[in-house]
Amino acid sequence: MGNARSLADNLPLTGATGNRNIIINGAMNVSQRHGGSVVSVAPSDHYVVDRFKIQDYSDATFNSQHDYDGPAGFTYCSKLTVTGTDTSLGTTQYQRFLQPIEGYNMRHLKWGTADAQTVTLSFYVKSSLTGTFSVFVFNNSATRSFISTYTISAANTWERKTVTITGDTTGTWEKSANVGAYIGWSLGTGTNFQTSTLDAWDGSFKMAGTSQVNFAGTNGATWQVTGVQLELGTKATEFENEDYQATLAKCQRYFFSWNSTGLTDNLYIRSPYASGTPPNTSASVAYTFPVTMRAAPTMATSYNFSRFTASVHNAVAQIGSTSQGNAYATTSWTADAEF
Amino acid sequence: MNITSVKYILDEDGNNCQVITTIDGQQLFVPMDENNRHWIAIQDWVAGGNTIEEAG
Repeated sequence: MGNARSLADNLPLTGATGNRNIIINGAMNVSQRHGGSVVSVAPSDHYVVDRFKIQDYSDATFNSQHDYDGPAGFTYCSKLTVTGTDTSLGTTQYQRFLQPIEGYNMRHLKWGTADAQTVTLSFYVKSSLTGTFSVFVFNNSATRSFISTYTISAANTWERKTVTITGDTTGTWEKSANVGAYIGWSLGTGTNFQTSTLDAWDGSFKMAGTSQVNFAGTNGATWQVTGVQLELGTKATEFENEDYQATLAKCQRYFFSWNSTGLTDNLYIRSPYASGTPPNTSASVAYTFPVTMRAAPTMATSYNFSRFTASVHNAVAQIGSTSQGNAYATTSWTADAEF
Repeated sequence: MNITSVKYILDEDGNNCQVITTIDGQQLFVPMDENNRHWIAIQDWVAGGNTIEEAG
């Protein structure tokens, strides 16, 4: 009976028992951009691990890392360290850590309608600082926002936090390939974006409560997060672990990184012929992405192609002018369709 | 994003098909797609009085 009670207590109250986490890469397992390297957060918009980014619009500077230091049940976390302080944020300055959720992935919540569904956010957090911090949700146009606070009680100790977010029955919520909602954590917010209205929807753009700790005010301060889950209902169930390939495929809709392991799997172009009838002095190669990307991606490579075009399905690298028998290869490239 | 240069690239028919740009010191090939965040940033950059260089 005890086991049955325990099982019942841990089942979700609403919706599916599997694939219920709306957040992608909540366990911070996928880091295609930086691996485990410590990276200086510059410029202002910086993906720490796949799907999670810090946006620093202050005078502070940070290091970010995909770190091994996870709590029990987790290997990885995202870690931020203050490397340059901003002890007095301007009224519109802020730093935040967030995940943009694609509209397709939250349309079932029916936000913006009378049938709007309540969701629950849970996460593990650890910081060298104690005090009151904030989480936020806001819509694509930043005209609807929901702020809640959580308390870090003990320094340098993993704690699990839970926030229930009532479904927003008004406002405009994107339901396609644009951002449906931004969900994240304030690390410091200027007074223009602070509010005393907590755990309720606000018809303006807010990111923090008035008692939010200014993380950037302490040099060397650290803030870590993992085990992020957003699910339907009023209950935070156990974190839903999924296999790495499933998470990677979800992440590759937004960012794809190709790194060659040798000559045989380079993205390789060889000119078919140089001149003749018809004249053709260009050469190209196509690559089909492993999953359909969210939008036509930005392409980056170390090789100086004439063109590197892409759709949501594939990329085409092209050399505009070449002579017969030439060969070209790139050993690494990325496709970026993130928000 | 710190945009320092933007130039159109032509397709085989001579039409602008994408831009090559330097953003935050990195060279990027950006599609002219309204859902692409770099293209959105370039549109803001143009609205701020800047001009995309013609191909050539």
